[in-house]
Amino acid sequence: MSSNNDKIILEYYIMKNDFKSAGEASSNVKKVLNQLGVDSKTVRRVAIATYEAEMNIVIHSNGGNIIVTISSDKIEIIAHDEGPGIKDIELAMQEGYSTASNQVRELGFGAGMGIPNMKKCSDVFSISSHENEKTLVSMTMYM
Amino acid sequence: MKEYFHSVVLDKHKCNGCTNCMRKCPTEAIRIRDKKAVITKDRCIDCGECIRVCPYHAKDVIVDDLSVLKNYKYNIAISPMSLYGQFSVDTDMNKVFSGIKALGFDCVFDEGLSADVLTIAIRNILKSNNLQKPVISSFCPAVLRIIQVRFPSLIDNIIEVESPMEVGARIVKTKAMKEYGLDFNDIGVFYLAQCPARVTSINRPIGIRSSYINGAMSIKSIYGDIVKNAKKVQKDEEYMRASPKGVGWGRAGGQSYAIGVENYLAVDGIEHVIKVLEEIELGKLSNIDYFEGLACIGGCVGGPLNVENPFIAKARIRNIARTSEKCDFLNNEFINEILAQGLINWTEKITPKGVMTLDDDIAKAIKKIEMLNQIRKELPGTDCGSCGAPSCNALAEDVVRDKAKIEDCIFILKEKIREKEKYGGKL
Repeated sequence: MSSNNDKIILEYYIMKNDFKSAGEASSNVKKVLNQLGVDSKTVRRVAIATYEAEMNIVIHSNGGNIIVTISSDKIEIIAHDEGPGIKDIELAMQEGYSTASNQVRELGFGAGMGIPNMKKCSDVFSISSHENEKTLVSMTMYM
Repeated sequence: MKEYFHSVVLDKHKCNGCTNCMRKCPTEAIRIRDKKAVITKDRCIDCGECIRVCPYHAKDVIVDDLSVLKNYKYNIAISPMSLYGQFSVDTDMNKVFSGIKALGFDCVFDEGLSADVLTIAIRNILKSNNLQKPVISSFCPAVLRIIQVRFPSLIDNIIEVESPMEVGARIVKTKAMKEYGLDFNDIGVFYLAQCPARVTSINRPIGIRSSYINGAMSIKSIYGDIVKNAKKVQKDEEYMRASPKGVGWGRAGGQSYAIGVENYLAVDGIEHVIKVLEEIELGKLSNIDYFEGLACIGGCVGGPLNVENPFIAKARIRNIARTSEKCDFLNNEFINEILAQGLINWTEKITPKGVMTLDDDIAKAIKKIEMLNQIRKELPGTDCGSCGAPSCNALAEDVVRDKAKIEDCIFILKEKIREKEKYGGKL
C-alpha cells in the first residue's frame, strides 16, 4: 500500500493457480473502502470487480498484478497479467462463454461470468489483449 | 441511551484482562484497558462469543429475575424452541410448561408456534419473483447486527419479518388483552432467553419500533426450578403446542426444512457466517434461494444461556422435528388472522452502521489510512494482544483514532527504552 497526497494505491501480486490466497486482494480492498466510509453499494461493486479480476489471473494467466487507486471521487482498478492473452475478446465478453478447464470448473469456477461481471460493476471498462500477449483490464467506478 | 443498550455486561471484579474475549470478538469490539476488558458499545452485536470463552465467567447478560412478575396483573412466559432440546426426548413437554407456569406465570406460550406461523408467511414471500438472492433470514439478531456493521450492502437481501419471539409475544399479548379485558400495560411478557442477542432485541429491536416483550429470564437461571416444579405437577394441563417443524427452528437448518425451501444454505457459528456473508457480498451465491445464518454453533440450541450441550440438544430437536404430529391451531383461519393484524412485518428500515469508518470526511480518511499504513509497518505483526488490542492492525487503527499510543506495543516500547539507554537516558 502506498499513498500520494490525496490518493491511496493498493497493489497486489497474483500468482498463477494460487487458489489458496485468491480473494485476499478483494477482501483487503473492501476493508480499506469501508474504513474510508465509501457507500456500501460502491464497495460491493469494487469488491466484485476486484475478485473477478483476481480469479481471472489465477485461473487463466501466467500471473499478474492488480493496482487499485482510490481517490475521493473515484476508484480505478487496473489488472494486468503476463499472458497468454485472449484469442477472441468479443467471445470472452459474452455471458457463459469460458475457456476454463474441466478441472477448474469442477471447483466451481469458470462459469464464463468473469469479464461480463467486471463490466457490469464498472462505470468505465476497457480490456485489451491479443493471443500470446498480455491482457490489461482497466475499470473505473465513480462514487 | 437506547441506541447503545447491550445485554452483555462485564463483571470487573471477575475480569483479569486475559485477552480470550478480545481475540474471539467478531467485530473487534473489545480492548483491554488497565487489565480489564472494555466493550466498544457501537461495535458490539451481543452475539455472546465473549460469554462463551471467558474462563472467569466475567461476562454475563442483564436479565430480569422473577420478582418483576409482581409488576403486572397477568404474566406470560414465552418458551423458546431451544428449550425442547434441554430435556430428554421422552420428557412430557406439558409437564415442563406446567413447571414454567408454576414459577409465577399465568400463561406459557410455545415460541415454536409462532415459528409455525412464520414458516407459512416466509414460504409465501419466497414465491415472489423480485427478490434479491439469496434471501437472508432475519431469525438471528446477532447476524442482522453483523450485517449492519460489516456487510451493509446485504441489508436489502434480508427478509423483512420479525422473529418468532416477537411474533409470539404479539399474538399472545393481543389475545390476552381481548380474552381478559386487560390493558396493554397490565400484561407482562417475558422471554426465557437462550442468548444475549435476543435479550438486546427486546430493548433495542431491529425493524420494528418497540417490542411487545417486557423482559427476559435466562434459561440457565430458572432451569433447576422448572425441573423441580415439573416433577410436582399434579394435574396434566394441555398447552397449545407447536408442530414438530416449528420446534425444529431451534437448530441450524430447521427453519429451511420447515419452510420447505430446497435450495438453501444453513450456516452456524458466527465466524462461519461471516465467511459465507463475504461470499454472498461477492455475488457468488446468487443461485441460492434462502440463507439461514445463525451466530451460535448448532443454532439457537447453542445459545450461551442454555443448559444442555448444543450437539445433544440439536440431536434431540432433530428427533422431535422428524415426527409427524399435527398442530391443531395451525389452520388457515388462525394464520390469516395473524397476517391481517400486521403482527409479522417490519415497519422500520434497518440502516448500515458505519462504525468501521475512520473519518466522515473522505479526504481526511485517506490521510488516516496513510498514517495507519505507516504505523502498521512499525508494528511487529505478531498479534500478541499485549497492547490491549486484538491484532497489530487493530492497534494501528486505535492509534489513528486517538484511542491508543504506539508505545502500547511492548516491542516498540522495549526498543525505545533501549535507544534511550544507549544515549545515556534513564529508564
